[in-house]
Amino acid sequence: MPQENDQQNYPQKKEKHEARRDFLKQSSAMMALALTPPLVMKAAQHDEAIAGIFEKMPLSLEINGKKVQLSVEPRVTLLDLLREQLQLTGTKKGCDHGQCGACTVHVNGQRINSCLTLAVMQEGKKITTIEGIANGDQLHPVQEAFIKHDGFQCGYCTPGQIMSAVACIREGHAGSPTEIREFMSGNICRCGAYDNIVNAIMDVKQGGTAV
Amino acid sequence: MNQFSYIRPASLKAAIDAVAKDNSARFIAGGTNLLDLMKSGVTTPEKLVDINRLPLKEIQVNGATLHIGALALNSELAAHDTVKSQYPLLSQALLAGASQQLRNMATVGGNMMQRTRCSYFYDTTMPCNKRNPNSGCGAIGGINRMHAIFGASDSCIAVHPSDMCVALAALDATVLVTGPKGSRRIPFHDFHRLPGNTPQLDNNLGKGELITGVEIPANDYTKYVYYLKVRDRASYAFALVSVAAALDIHNNEIRSARLAMGGVAHKPWRLYEAEKALTGKAPTEENFRYAANIAIQSAKTYPHNAFKTGLSLNSIQTALLKAATV
Repeated sequence: MPQENDQQNYPQKKEKHEARRDFLKQSSAMMALALTPPLVMKAAQHDEAIAGIFEKMPLSLEINGKKVQLSVEPRVTLLDLLREQLQLTGTKKGCDHGQCGACTVHVNGQRINSCLTLAVMQEGKKITTIEGIANGDQLHPVQEAFIKHDGFQCGYCTPGQIMSAVACIREGHAGSPTEIREFMSGNICRCGAYDNIVNAIMDVKQGGTAV
Repeated sequence: MNQFSYIRPASLKAAIDAVAKDNSARFIAGGTNLLDLMKSGVTTPEKLVDINRLPLKEIQVNGATLHIGALALNSELAAHDTVKSQYPLLSQALLAGASQQLRNMATVGGNMMQRTRCSYFYDTTMPCNKRNPNSGCGAIGGINRMHAIFGASDSCIAVHPSDMCVALAALDATVLVTGPKGSRRIPFHDFHRLPGNTPQLDNNLGKGELITGVEIPANDYTKYVYYLKVRDRASYAFALVSVAAALDIHNNEIRSARLAMGGVAHKPWRLYEAEKALTGKAPTEENFRYAANIAIQSAKTYPHNAFKTGLSLNSIQTALLKAATV
């Protein structure tokens, strides 16, 4: 069974009630191992990777420049891994069905919805979240522009908007307000800050700063 | 989401074996539809077979044929130079679908395997013959504004949600599949099914068969093409109706035409009769209107989607006009 050696690079708060949760997790994983049929064990010799029901499998990722070794159940989405195991709660869970864009992160430089992919499917990939784009205390140019142009109201969609905006500019899809609106359409803002978001992206694009 | 086991096979054979031998196993590629369905409890596979490490990503030109690997991403395909120059209808259709985030995840094979977005299919408390055979259809007699006007049955009036597939239907693509009994080629028109009395089957894939790629023959539809998508908001929504229009025009004469629609049937809907009506004609508004009228003759509507007939008529005409006036 894979050892729990994850979260070494991230602070992890353990509340009292979590001790019980850990016990349940461990005992259910042991139960799953005991119940794993021999056929699955045999298949493991031929397959690149395998995990039984309830069984955690090892996962290597690079998150915001740090390499991490984790062990994860197959059904954990990348979003839930980031928020619940790594405490990277900047990435938001909005709809959890790929309809709002609040969970947008970069995987190997490409923006995706982290709610609709399994963490184990990202083995070996480089993940960048909203926590990883500033340079120390110096905000990313797109973050600066969102503040300057008031590109948010409640702020819940903002991490996803900013991750999407950075990718939109890098892709070369920020040539005009119309193009920006089309290529930012996967990020919904219920406060309706769209005009200011478009202005922020146009400002960064026209400023010519590398993003 | 239900619990499941997970394997990531290193070979095509291992992947196919894993699904062929296990009724509760499913392939997963991008996962953008499957995980959504699993979260809603619509699909509850006990094993996921991750095919993302299989060598099925390449997009290449083989002689006169464009070969697209099943794992090519929708965003990669839309931005591919050959696709943009030689198959612009496909590029336009891809960019009309979903968002850039989803296109960066969704694969070509997965796009074809998308299930309907009918709200009764998604709502596990409602009857649905597609989700639960012989339980009835919630949409017939329910809210059916988004539903089919062509080829539906008394069992199911759901529509296929893809934009990419509408272009592939228009371009006479061929689907390449491999299964436990070997490989075969399926003409795109025969890949998806009409609902009939087995709406639980979206397509004609056999047990354990995996899409490995799609081929599109060279064609003359490189200039006069247009993909028109009409939806409830300007972007990032499923089609009410969509039209893929492609014309081969020489000396003010249409030598051949291709027309297909999305959002109107259980499969991408080719308008063969309308295509024939355009052949040899001049690309005029009147001729386009005439062809569009032919296309909607077989429409059958339901209480909330009667507007789709007129919308289809106008959309076909508009798509043809836009295609002809590039």
